[in-house]
Amino acid sequence: MDILILQFSLFVLAVILGVELITKVPATLHTPLMSGSNAISGITLVGALLAAGSGDASSLWVSVLGLVAVTLATINVVGGFLVTNRMLRMFQRRG
Amino acid sequence: MSLSIVNLCYLLSAVLFIGGIKGLTRPRTAVRGNLMAAVGMLLAVVVTLLDRSILSYGWILAGVVLGSLIGVLLAVRIQMTAMPQMVALLNGFGGGASLAVAAASFLSSGGPVAASGAIGLTAVGLTLLIGAVTLTGSAVAFAKLQELLPGRPLGFRGITLVNGALLIVALGSVAALTAGHGGIGLVVLLTVLALVLGVTLVMPIGGADMPVVIALLNSYSGIAAAAAGFIMGNTVLIVSGALVGASGLILTRIMCVAMNRSLAGVLFGSLSEDGGPGVEADEVYAGKVKSSSPEEIGMLLETAQRVVIVPGFGLAMAQAQHAVRDLADTLERRGAEVIYGLHPVAGRMPGHMNVLLAEAEVDYDKMQPMEQINPHFAQTDVVIVIGANDVTNPMAREDKGSPIYGMPILDVDQARTVVVVKRSLSPGFAGLPNPLFAKDNTLMLFGDGKQAILDLTGALNEAA
Repeated sequence: MDILILQFSLFVLAVILGVELITKVPATLHTPLMSGSNAISGITLVGALLAAGSGDASSLWVSVLGLVAVTLATINVVGGFLVTNRMLRMFQRRG
Repeated sequence: MSLSIVNLCYLLSAVLFIGGIKGLTRPRTAVRGNLMAAVGMLLAVVVTLLDRSILSYGWILAGVVLGSLIGVLLAVRIQMTAMPQMVALLNGFGGGASLAVAAASFLSSGGPVAASGAIGLTAVGLTLLIGAVTLTGSAVAFAKLQELLPGRPLGFRGITLVNGALLIVALGSVAALTAGHGGIGLVVLLTVLALVLGVTLVMPIGGADMPVVIALLNSYSGIAAAAAGFIMGNTVLIVSGALVGASGLILTRIMCVAMNRSLAGVLFGSLSEDGGPGVEADEVYAGKVKSSSPEEIGMLLETAQRVVIVPGFGLAMAQAQHAVRDLADTLERRGAEVIYGLHPVAGRMPGHMNVLLAEAEVDYDKMQPMEQINPHFAQTDVVIVIGANDVTNPMAREDKGSPIYGMPILDVDQARTVVVVKRSLSPGFAGLPNPLFAKDNTLMLFGDGKQAILDLTGALNEAA
């Protein structure tokens, strides 16, 4: 239970930090912010890797679901960071 | 690697994400910020791969190769005008990934991802629920934005009740799962319910409210990742998921304020709101709308000192951003000052217009948000409204009975002359006539947005 409280505290503090940070992002950058934060939410890839690589012999399903999760999360991460970079470079070009 | 080193690396990843988002607060540091976040992600992935609990790499390799290929293709080929669809799609993939992770955790008999105890099972249930809603909700949002589905609200009266019932049964399933009553059958039931809920939640939301929906789904995809973190007690998932969840919520709130709507109104109100006292378009427009020609407006622009361009979704539809930039260049060469006035909900996602203008190499200093530009319309000679409608509708300021009353708008009508480039007098997303078009100082330039702007530039060049 103690560990849960600790994790929950982390969660709440991260939400507060997120709110403080995001309110400072100017409207001009809201679209790249969305695609960039989207790429960050692809962090679920870590969980996906652990599932796909667990080598769980008892169930093929775990590996298959892991594969699906790795694929989707990788699209999210790779696509998200790349497209954000593409947009932001356009802003920088004229900055 | 030992567990504490792995966890310290995860902490470093989280710090890089936070630094990355901080970089996004200024255009100058934004590219570096994004790169920083990407490095954080790479670190988290590499450390995870070195974790000794990973026993086989075959499935991982297949997924990473396939996912990277699709991700690169999407990112390189997508047009800037289609960015809302792209973000909707990515939100959906993120939600789907968390959904699959939760299902794998439930089925896993041991190892690093296996859910254990009541807390693990609650987290599995919540991740399934949020992940599935994000997946199908984003799919519907994508279909609406891509115009595979009609943009108007779809559904039936009472759909909110059905959604409420679905949500209650789904939460009941999560509770049963927590209590340890459920097997695989319950997990399947919960997933199916949540997948249906995602569809029925987004279907009744109209095209005008899409910016809110995308921002909200963005938030959900973060919360789903955080929930997945609670399943396996992974701190980097919890922290990053929470950051993204907060980001989506803030953007949702900004969008709601910009449209003067409550989040509940957006989510549940779209079908019940119709049937209010309609304003007849003919009454507003009768005999008062003045149609003009590129030559006539070209003459006006010749003497203009200060010109403000107000773009809306029509600019994206007509792919007119480069033509607009050319017009602005021509005006600037003649000594006029050109500024872009941007409403927060112009386009179909927050900041969409800024990206399009940046693509056309417009300085971001010249893109001014509503609060900054509104006091200066009175000193503006010509405003060119291109493809924007509701965000300039004076009814929002003046007509207390209007559905959009109270929505902050761009006060373009205070300028000396307003030029509205538009295909026809058809209403915008809100379905209302716009009295701006009938004002004494308004000139309509009917036609395709891009062609009309090209004609204007041509007329100006001829005059020179």
